[in-house]
Amino acid sequence: MSVRSVFNLQPARPAWGIRPPAHKTQSMRDPIASAPLPAQVSIPVEQSLGIRAEPLVEPSQRVRTGELIAAADSAAGWPGARIHASVSGHVRCIEERPVAGDDTATSLCIVIDSDGLDERHPDCRPADPWSLSPAQIIERIRAGGIVGLGGALFDTAAKLECKANVAGLILNGAECEPYITCDEMLMRERADAVVEGALIMARALGDPDTVIAVESDMPEARVALHDAIDARGTTAVSVAVVTAKYPAGGERQLIELIAGREVPEYGLPSDIGMVCQNVATAAAVAGLFASGEPLISRIVTVAGDNIAEPRNVDARIGTSLSELVSVAGGYVGEAHRLIMGGPMMGIALPDDSMPVTKATNCIIALHEPAHEPSRVEMPCIRCAECSEVCPARLLPQELLIASRTSDTEALEELGVDACIECGCCDYVCPSYIPLTVRFIEAKRTLREQRQTRHDAEHARDRFEAREARLKDAAEALTRELDEQVESLDEQTSIDEIMARVGGGEENDR
Amino acid sequence: MPDWFAAESHRALLAAITLLGLLILTVSIGLTVAADRMNRNPADAVEAVNRLLPQTQCGQCGYPGCRPYAEAILHDAAPINRCPPGGNATLRALADLLDRPVTAVDESLGTPTGAGKAFIDEAACIGCARCLQVCPVDAILGAHQYMHTVIADECTGCELCVAACPVDCISLRH
Repeated sequence: MSVRSVFNLQPARPAWGIRPPAHKTQSMRDPIASAPLPAQVSIPVEQSLGIRAEPLVEPSQRVRTGELIAAADSAAGWPGARIHASVSGHVRCIEERPVAGDDTATSLCIVIDSDGLDERHPDCRPADPWSLSPAQIIERIRAGGIVGLGGALFDTAAKLECKANVAGLILNGAECEPYITCDEMLMRERADAVVEGALIMARALGDPDTVIAVESDMPEARVALHDAIDARGTTAVSVAVVTAKYPAGGERQLIELIAGREVPEYGLPSDIGMVCQNVATAAAVAGLFASGEPLISRIVTVAGDNIAEPRNVDARIGTSLSELVSVAGGYVGEAHRLIMGGPMMGIALPDDSMPVTKATNCIIALHEPAHEPSRVEMPCIRCAECSEVCPARLLPQELLIASRTSDTEALEELGVDACIECGCCDYVCPSYIPLTVRFIEAKRTLREQRQTRHDAEHARDRFEAREARLKDAAEALTRELDEQVESLDEQTSIDEIMARVGGGEENDR
Repeated sequence: MPDWFAAESHRALLAAITLLGLLILTVSIGLTVAADRMNRNPADAVEAVNRLLPQTQCGQCGYPGCRPYAEAILHDAAPINRCPPGGNATLRALADLLDRPVTAVDESLGTPTGAGKAFIDEAACIGCARCLQVCPVDAILGAHQYMHTVIADECTGCELCVAACPVDCISLRH
């Protein structure tokens, strides 16, 4: 197949990256459980990479499952941020509620009281993707509110719509963070949906070479995928295996591994003709066409030492995290630490009252912190462990010096913008220096500085344009006055003539 | 004179000419580059200073904008500590570029502007159009006898319009 011309199905083993304890088996003993229909869902309107959708419903309005309840202003050019009701019932209220993020993060949430009927909206109709054109497929994916389920929430339709000539589509099943198993369980149990979704997305992109990437420690998922591909009788999709190393599942890292080419620093995968989609996104696309159901549920891993029966739960968007924990048998003892996402890049949660969003791939409850944060930071000994593990091939120890002296030029020069915030450098640092937080901060400072510089240049251009305009106006005025003075000279001579003529008249009289 | 001598001297002559030619070429390229480096256009110097200024165009320095101040710094030896919006960062950058000593920002020039955006209380606006004339970046939209409004994205927060308003309907919002 032509697939081999674009991808390595046995990719290079990366020198970078780390192998933290996986903790994955605990949540894969049991099959995916379906969470009971929640009595109330609280659906944040910000579920598409910082784009805020505007609510389209009123309090006390009745909604049905799958009904569009919020959409971004289409004039803003982000029509993809559509959000649908995940249960049927009545809108209780639309209010600010705490969501995962900083300690004080809140988001406008549409709160729906379920009526327990789960009545489908009539618009949720299946469709045959093979009779639709690529543009129609993309439009339908957009209408289905599908975003990247790997956690970045990038608008899937926008990714599929990229104008560049796409040579390869990579389905990212390389779930490299410890504890998280939602993609692996999905590939084991619903491999057919993943393959179907991959084929639909490939069709939308003009049938590029398509590959599903799994990690080397996922043999069952790999077998399930091969079986599904065989059952479907297609040769358009292959399976590639990457080394089970963190962060092999990072978009840039995965593309580099299996396509053998790097995404440019400030560029996108489409710049090198690649599109990367999460396997869960593919399954959601398949579900959208098979049942007409928009993105109203997702699989969440509930794991950690503190969970009685760690497992994966298929939950409606907006379900409270505490309900998921009770599906997984509740807590054992008191949860000391609650993390949304993985232990490497996840965010600490103050409590479990927050809702599941399209980005929620995992909740971890731990007795002890995943890394011991109580360890005292010591001076850098320049061992260069950090630069060996850095998947972006940066020099964290140099960046550390630059960030300590706030040397923004050096930070920019050393490429802090390419930092993917994976935390590998923190993990290996023998001096326990918290490097990643510094780099996140440095990236933010650089971004702000660039904005300020851009604003200043803009203001300068406007100031200079205004000066030029005023100067032109002043010159035009002077010119006009000069002309008037000149014509005034002529006028006087005419006056003299007139006076003479008038004098003549007088003489005549 | 033996033949071998003539051949030898011929070769030496060629070598001398080539060496001398190369030397002349290298020196001339070097001199051209140096001349280009040393003889900078004065407009470029103004541009370099202007680039370090915050472009608030507030006139707090006593000059009618950032470029005029940059020109004054270079041509009239104006002090470099007269830019409150730029603060210490701008002062240090200017001192570095011009090799002048760093002194504290002149506090008599008032509190730094440029932190907010102008906002017109449209109910109170009488449509006098005076603020339009003082805005250094044309960020106010309006006409005589019509309500005015600030284009927030273009506003630098220079506060010049605040003083110009006869009914005090402009305030700075952060």
